[in-house]
Amino acid sequence: MKNKFVKAIFAIALGSALFTSCKPKNSGDAVSGDAAQKAYVAPGKYDEFYNFVSGGFSGQLSVYGLPSGRLFRVIPVFSVDPEKGWGYSEETKPMLNTSNGFVPWDDLHHTEMSQTNGEVDGRWVFGNANNTPRIARIDLKTFKTAEIIELPNSGGNHSSPFITENTEYVVAGTRFSVPADYANGDVAINTYKENFKGHISFVKVGKEGEMDLAFQIVTPGVNFDLSHAGKGKSHGWFFFSCYNTEQANTLLEVNASQRDKDFIMAVNWKKAEEYIKAGKGKKQTVKYAHNKWNEKTHTATSEIKNEVLVLDAAALKDICYMIPCPKSPHGCDVDPTGEYIVGSGKLAALIPVFSFDKLMGAIKNKKFEGDYGGINVVKYEAALHGEVQKPGLGPLHTEFDGRGNAYTTFFVSSEVVKWDIKSLKVLDRVPTYYSVGHLCIPGGDSKKPFGKYLIAYNKITKDRYLPTGPELAQSAQIFDISGDKMELVLDFPTIGEPHYAQAAPADLIRNNGQLKFYKIADNNHPFVAKGEKEAKVTRKGNRVDVYMTSIRSHFAPDNIEGIKVGDEVYFHVTNLEQDWDVPHGFAIKGADNGELLIMPGETATLKWVPKKTGIWPMYCTDFCSALHQEMQGYVRVSPAGSSVPLSWSVGTNLPKATK
Amino acid sequence: MKKLFLTALAFSLLIACGKKEKETEEYNPAADPSATETTATDPSSYDPKRGEGKFTTVELGAALDQAMATKGEEVSGVKCTSCHKMTDEKLVGPGWKGVTERRKPEWIMNFITNPDPMIDKDPEVQAQLEICLVRMPNQGLSDDDARHILEYMRKNDGVK
Ligand SMILES: [Cu+2]
Repeated sequence: MKNKFVKAIFAIALGSALFTSCKPKNSGDAVSGDAAQKAYVAPGKYDEFYNFVSGGFSGQLSVYGLPSGRLFRVIPVFSVDPEKGWGYSEETKPMLNTSNGFVPWDDLHHTEMSQTNGEVDGRWVFGNANNTPRIARIDLKTFKTAEIIELPNSGGNHSSPFITENTEYVVAGTRFSVPADYANGDVAINTYKENFKGHISFVKVGKEGEMDLAFQIVTPGVNFDLSHAGKGKSHGWFFFSCYNTEQANTLLEVNASQRDKDFIMAVNWKKAEEYIKAGKGKKQTVKYAHNKWNEKTHTATSEIKNEVLVLDAAALKDICYMIPCPKSPHGCDVDPTGEYIVGSGKLAALIPVFSFDKLMGAIKNKKFEGDYGGINVVKYEAALHGEVQKPGLGPLHTEFDGRGNAYTTFFVSSEVVKWDIKSLKVLDRVPTYYSVGHLCIPGGDSKKPFGKYLIAYNKITKDRYLPTGPELAQSAQIFDISGDKMELVLDFPTIGEPHYAQAAPADLIRNNGQLKFYKIADNNHPFVAKGEKEAKVTRKGNRVDVYMTSIRSHFAPDNIEGIKVGDEVYFHVTNLEQDWDVPHGFAIKGADNGELLIMPGETATLKWVPKKTGIWPMYCTDFCSALHQEMQGYVRVSPAGSSVPLSWSVGTNLPKATK
Repeated sequence: MKKLFLTALAFSLLIACGKKEKETEEYNPAADPSATETTATDPSSYDPKRGEGKFTTVELGAALDQAMATKGEEVSGVKCTSCHKMTDEKLVGPGWKGVTERRKPEWIMNFITNPDPMIDKDPEVQAQLEICLVRMPNQGLSDDDARHILEYMRKNDGVK
């Protein structure tokens, strides 16, 4: 019996080993003895770093601690989130507005923290919506999405949202080239070469973070994949990897792998600014939404804008240059000195490293090998610092430790490889579990990396954790990189599929003036009730506004009568608490909507259209006190046209009972 | 015990260093666990007459300051009267009638601005908690707010 069991286990193990052929050898024993100690953060102790991880197809941003891997919070960004009422409350709905109307979901791929002088400054995190192209700014004082701007002329906002060293611009390169919004889009798909164009967006970031689509650059139709800004000596330049320079429109897995080399496109954005000043930009009519959160009214507004300035890369020769890069480049990363630009060909077995100085020399001396759609192509060798030979299979992304080392992920061979930027020699390699995509070193794409930890974000986790059905948790793995050898200290599951992530020292974030509660005196919500004496219910036609308050442990009012079927009822709930971490919730039976989650001092609104007569209970959804369960109330709904008078009360039985 | 104290001290120093000017405005020491921890090391120092907090002596006028009482009534309407009646009837918390006769002014001002440590230590507050079962929330009152509310309580207790 026992023997049979062991055999069965062995067969399963063998089967799964074959199945996961991408699994590296010796994957089971790669953890050294003191790994647990290195990842252990005792109860009540704080982590060293915040890790802001993209939530991929969940559309959200998750916040983890390093090195514990503890999940602190999921911040809703591009997808509705019933936990926080995001996209369900009337105030948050405008945040998800686009030129296509309300869009309840998107695919958040990359995160990027704001920087000052090339160092992370703890003010904001930016995230990109891939599907319906947008960029969001998340405020790290409130851990709330503060702004979302849509991008016209784009499809699949992938190479985004990367930033310049003083957060002058956040950029966005379109993954799908498409006919511009200002051109006729009703064309045959196989006219890609003639009619499809790429647009790169430069979004200006103001002092308070407010975003503004400053200009776009139109390019030949290709797929832009990733990007990074220059820094230090290369400040003023931006680099974008592109694939499908074959300009195929079908079966790209074959047809976009025809050329031996695609490109990294170098963009001189300072030059672009000069051209804009000189009036070389062309105003084009487009339509895009710009959504802003107002901290005083606790309400978002959405504005539709109609114009964008476009510069033509083919006409203005010294804005863009193409650098040949082998085999469908994906990652495009700039080292802390700003001198080295690392390209990574998804299908390549080497890593090309370009030199900014050599690129400048090549441009100056016109070392071009021709042009691509009117854009000069620099000779490969003229810009090349060198190639890392045989580093692994399928290089994707590179981050830096600030000590002259680069760390590159390899999707196909499932490993992270450490190499020396100058000598291009491979120094160390560790297996990952399994196919690794992005990686993050705190500050690892800035001028000042905090080179202590490296986190790998994996796409596949077969057999790594207890199984949860056909779909398994994606995973992240933390490596200690403070020594010569990378050392695995912990892995932890993530939400969605993690793409890029950013991390910053904990104190930089928690001491940045974090909001503990909204001051009720500063609450300028148009339907605020500052105290129970302002609680009331008003009717105008079939619109009913309930000015409701909540405090441990009751609502005011908690009895409402005189509501009729078909009324549009707006519950404006003001949380009267003025203490850290005391939100209240609000839900009502049968609502075809979400709940509200209302922060201390905040007002939030739930729209409810009762469809049936009867008594409808409502209650607080967020445990708030020993008497939380008592935090409830009733709404009486009468037939349309009923003469039941509107009344409301708390603590008194109204209307007077009639015998 | 000593170690705990040192840790708490180190921690509060850490916070203090990182704090920016703007933060102090919103920063509320009562809600900070480290502050509780520091004082929790020495419960014998608790003065049940004065309570615990920044107020040591509060000067009261012989007569009521009507303007202050009016301001106090306004603030109470937003932050207090959801849970406290002006009579002696308990709502969520005890009614306010007679509170200024039962408690020293310092105690009242300390309690309403710094409730958490006092709920943990004051024997009478703990007895009250057994009845109400809801910890009085820290409502983020400013010093002026607290003084005005005290005056409003005095008015409620018949001071003219
Ligand atoms: Cu509640």
